[in-house]
Amino acid sequence: MSFIACHQCDLICSLPSLPEPTSARCIRCGGLLLQTKPNSIDRTLALLIAGLTLFALACNFPFLALSSGGSLQETTLLTGVRILYQQGMPGLATLVLLTCILIPLVQMLALLYVVGPLKFNRIAPLSALIFRGYRKLQPWGMMEIFLLGILVALVKLGAMATIVPGLALIAFAALIFVLAAVLSVLSPQLIWDRLGEKA
Amino acid sequence: MNDGPLTAKRLGLISCQSCHFLCRHPPLAEGQCACCPRCGSELHQRTPNSLGRCWALITAALLLYLPANLLPMTITSSLGKEQTDTIMSGVLYFLHTGSWAVALLIFVASIVIPLMKLLVLVFLLLSVQFRARWRPRERTQLYRLTDAVGRWSMVDIFVVTILVAVVKLGTVANIDAGPASGYFASLVVITMMAAESFDPRLIWDALEDRDER
Repeated sequence: MSFIACHQCDLICSLPSLPEPTSARCIRCGGLLLQTKPNSIDRTLALLIAGLTLFALACNFPFLALSSGGSLQETTLLTGVRILYQQGMPGLATLVLLTCILIPLVQMLALLYVVGPLKFNRIAPLSALIFRGYRKLQPWGMMEIFLLGILVALVKLGAMATIVPGLALIAFAALIFVLAAVLSVLSPQLIWDRLGEKA
Repeated sequence: MNDGPLTAKRLGLISCQSCHFLCRHPPLAEGQCACCPRCGSELHQRTPNSLGRCWALITAALLLYLPANLLPMTITSSLGKEQTDTIMSGVLYFLHTGSWAVALLIFVASIVIPLMKLLVLVFLLLSVQFRARWRPRERTQLYRLTDAVGRWSMVDIFVVTILVAVVKLGTVANIDAGPASGYFASLVVITMMAAESFDPRLIWDALEDRDER
């Protein structure tokens, strides 16, 4: 039996040795105390590799194409950012670049750096710091919201022109599901326990 | 003293905010700060100056709310004509063209959520400040919901980004991001930071302080 303090109401809760897989909630406020998943580390790694592959596809192939007057013109993921910057909105361009491209990429790389060595019972240097950073960045990666934005924009543009979705868009959509799966498979408590064992 | 619920604070323990490690509160001199032995982050029994920071960020967000909603979000120029759209006129455009689901989505994400979020945070801050003991569980759930839903307001900013990029490709029309887009993006970021700086454990402290007072 171990004890944990609820993050949202500070109540000390006892955790009986839980059978995997399970999740535990605070009895007083209902906050999530921890979740454990079977093969958490293996599954996280597999999903991260899939995620990074899809990310490479999403960045290098055309995103949307506009066909007008017989010619087909293509945009990539970065076009919107570049044009916002040219229109004199560098702050907004940076925000979109960070939330939709850089933060998700950094998060995947950070998680790979921490979880990869754990698979082989090793701990990479600065793992605790990097995993802490990964958790802090969590709300700021907004790829799934960007996808919703694409759908809305398509509805609006559909009236004006013919829009052809590109390969990158499909990769991007698949990436959202992979990232959501990473979140549901990863058990932060397990990672912290493993990092704490050897410290 | 022993009839209340056992909390980490009461037992002289600190729960690490980043890795949930439970450790004893070390005796500290003024200005000193303890670090978690497992993950190295700073240990605080409660988020330092949570209420003050949250109030400051909410005030900033309230100041941004009006320009974000009243100024144009996009400026469309087509064949010499120029048309500006605010958030609300964008919603009405979708409504008139029959895409009521999209209209509802943008209305909820861009207008309802930011406003509700500010009102909920003000309500939670006031309830903590006046040491209310009313329905702490429901208030904590309200906080969790507010915290989780806030980031979706960003959708309108992404719509503008994509519109700007795709329409640039054509030759007839042109869409520019208007001044409201900057205000609105700052509004979303600042309310997210406000929700993050609020410490929900303060809601529960009012219930426990009763014995000590």
